Amino acid sequence: MPQLTLEVNGTPHHVSVADEEMLLYVLRDRLNLTGTKYGCGEGQCGACTVLIDGRPTRSCQMRAQSVAGHKITTIEGIGTEERLHPVQQAFVAEEAYQCSYCTPGMIMSAVGLLASNPKPSDEEIIRGMNGNVCRCGTYPRILAAIRRAAEGGAR
Amino acid sequence: MKDWSSELAQQTPDPLQHTFTLTRRDIFKLVGAGLVVCAASDLSALQRGGMSDRGEEGASDISSWIHIAPDNNVTVFTGKAEMGQNIRTSLTQQVAEELRVPVDSIKMVMADTSRTPFDMGTFGSRTTPQMGTQLRTVSAAARDILLDMAAERLNAQRSQLVAADGSITDTANHHSVRYGDLLHGQQIAKVIPDDPTLESPTKWQVAGTPVPKVDRLDFVTGKHQYTSDMSRPGMLYGKILRPSAFHATLTSLDSKEASAVPGVKVIHDGDFVGVAAPDVTTAASAMGKLKAQWNAPQQISEKDLYEYIRTHPAEAEQHAGGEGGGQSRAHEKGSPDGAFASAPKKIQATYTVAYIQHAPLEPRAALAEWNGNKLTVWTGTQRPFAVRDELVKAFHLPEDNVHVIVPDTGSAYGGKHTGEAAVECARLAKAAGKPVKLQWTREEEFTWAYFRPAGVIDVKAAADADGKLASWEFHNYNSGPAAINTLYDVANQRVQYHPTQNPPLRQGSYRALAATANHFARESAIDELAHILNMDPLEFRLKNLSDERLRDVFQKAAERFGWGKQKPGADHGFGIAGGFDKGGYVAACAEVAVDRNTRGVRIVRAVEAWDCGPVVNPNGLQNQIQGAIMMGLGGALFEDVHFADGKVLNPHFAQYRVPRFRDMPKIEVELIDRKDVKPFGAGEIPIVGISPAVANAIFQACGQRLRSMPMVPKGLPSA
Repeated sequence: MPQLTLEVNGTPHHVSVADEEMLLYVLRDRLNLTGTKYGCGEGQCGACTVLIDGRPTRSCQMRAQSVAGHKITTIEGIGTEERLHPVQQAFVAEEAYQCSYCTPGMIMSAVGLLASNPKPSDEEIIRGMNGNVCRCGTYPRILAAIRRAAEGGAR
Repeated sequence: MKDWSSELAQQTPDPLQHTFTLTRRDIFKLVGAGLVVCAASDLSALQRGGMSDRGEEGASDISSWIHIAPDNNVTVFTGKAEMGQNIRTSLTQQVAEELRVPVDSIKMVMADTSRTPFDMGTFGSRTTPQMGTQLRTVSAAARDILLDMAAERLNAQRSQLVAADGSITDTANHHSVRYGDLLHGQQIAKVIPDDPTLESPTKWQVAGTPVPKVDRLDFVTGKHQYTSDMSRPGMLYGKILRPSAFHATLTSLDSKEASAVPGVKVIHDGDFVGVAAPDVTTAASAMGKLKAQWNAPQQISEKDLYEYIRTHPAEAEQHAGGEGGGQSRAHEKGSPDGAFASAPKKIQATYTVAYIQHAPLEPRAALAEWNGNKLTVWTGTQRPFAVRDELVKAFHLPEDNVHVIVPDTGSAYGGKHTGEAAVECARLAKAAGKPVKLQWTREEEFTWAYFRPAGVIDVKAAADADGKLASWEFHNYNSGPAAINTLYDVANQRVQYHPTQNPPLRQGSYRALAATANHFARESAIDELAHILNMDPLEFRLKNLSDERLRDVFQKAAERFGWGKQKPGADHGFGIAGGFDKGGYVAACAEVAVDRNTRGVRIVRAVEAWDCGPVVNPNGLQNQIQGAIMMGLGGALFEDVHFADGKVLNPHFAQYRVPRFRDMPKIEVELIDRKDVKPFGAGEIPIVGISPAVANAIFQACGQRLRSMPMVPKGLPSA
């Protein structure tokens, strides 16, 4: 089994992974970071979104071996219950979830979006978030939450 | 209201009978000392004595209970499951309201076959009217008991006592005692009838307010553990080898190469083939090494679907007047044939709805662990007790040996009534001798989960020249009888549901059941009649509608939308539709824009008025309705399962289009908070208004009447 060192949420982790193992499964099943979800395994729903060097990335499509040496950030790495990230705060303020299974992926995509475009228009938010599915249809509130985070200067 | 057994029959075949037995000893073993108040769903439990009189005797038909501990913490036990509809919060609010305790002192134990009372399942919009009312009742009864105890303890007149914030205070001298201090060291249990005298919703202070989701911080930090996130020591990961087509049987299997992969166990039992491995990737790779041959029968394909549905009636077809999913339901009054023949204005049209998938974002998942011949399974399901029964049957176990626990689930929409993943996973775990977790892939979820039934609906309707409905005939083939009856005043009518024998795909419940299809056909047909009468579609509806609450939602939606105030712009259209089922009244107005070059259709704006009685949580309710509109527009515009000869042809999000941010209209919701009636649920029926409102708006925009859902899977059809 290949051995890797992955830097996740600022901490180096030494892991053995299966050949061809995707980052999603390393995070979830080897590092117990289960906030990152499996939704389709095809890069079509965004539930598995993490940041790689700050860019939103579908972890189900990314081989773990190819991200060794890069900075990986998951939902567990951006805020805590006591100190929520501004995007997490905005999701709470807008109640931008129902079953919430998509929520970590939505938040990570939004964090990445706002990092590259701190004051997006609604159209830019929609374009940036269109790859994330919320089957409960909470889109209007997620849009409002991202708008709110942008207005508050979320980073 | 609809017959309850009929509702269940539409949801799932073969409901099983159960009795819940929980002794007083069991209860206090679970929760320690304190006060327990149980709701009995029928009075016979009380008449037999129940727990309070006979000590250890089992109390049947207990359907929920609450416990107040000496430390003032409250625990609520209910078999209902949370899957995004926000009942963990809305039920907490209702307990807080009646018990007079803070929201954050309450913990809900839900959907756990060993710890919560039997519950038929979380479906049919029953949680608010049934469980909500019941929990308010037991909470009010507990408060009464505590008031009695406080009167004695404080040596006070009961009428001078006030319960608030988990304490009781004597208003005469401001002496006060905490609930928990009244209970110290005691074990008190009481069973009460589910027959409440409750605080009027006009006096609600906690219920009726936008209390935020109680576990919001777990959700935004990724801490919440769905089934698919759980693990057990030594756990393996499972994969199931799927047949080449539906109903296929295994003719040969070569598993040598797969079994040779280190750590992999191959399980083969009849047509069941699966693997368990130390990680998901190894499990998938081992499964790829299995060489299986299947024998699949020829099956009905999508192109023959509607013809098949119409021409293959179920054997129970002739049973008129029956209730329920497996039987025909006929309703006739007056002389629809004669009235239709003689009326001056008439329409005759056929509508269809396609098979669609729930596509919950968390695909089915289960984690199974055996301890000797005892089995524990964690799984996301709407019916934990039915899943327990599936496991009992599959493994020939006594009921007490199976424990099903439902973590709050990544949505269901009627799609998770069954325990496929639970049974498969338990089989793998049994063979592997270790706990096994199984999460279906998206492709499996699109293929092997059950589907919302497809259907064909024939409508014949006629009106007098002055716009009064004269006759109404409505036949639904296969999609279902939910909300099939017309809500309009019409003297001559024939309405019938025709179930299909052996439908082409495995079909089951879906948010609102067939109410979506039946509203699509009915409200489109009404619109068609209004147009040939040259009447405004709202005016035509109101002229034929006497139900006050339904009239009210139509008028409120129209007012908010600005119906009749302006004409749509070029290539835009306005549509209106509405209806009722399961205690909820809905009306929707939609504005669409069509692009004559690309033939694309966009929903610009959707306004919905909604009335389900007193609102328990206005913010949560708004969220449900906005979500139902978003989900409903998927089925209305583009969701469609393609299949041929036992195979689903589009089992991926890249091929099966679900609503995304880009599809979002401007959504406005008008809540009618009606305090003078009983509360009803809102998880389903807000979905039924959007598709006919959109169909009617498309007609106004471009003159095309689209009678098949989805209406524009590849844009507007050629005119």
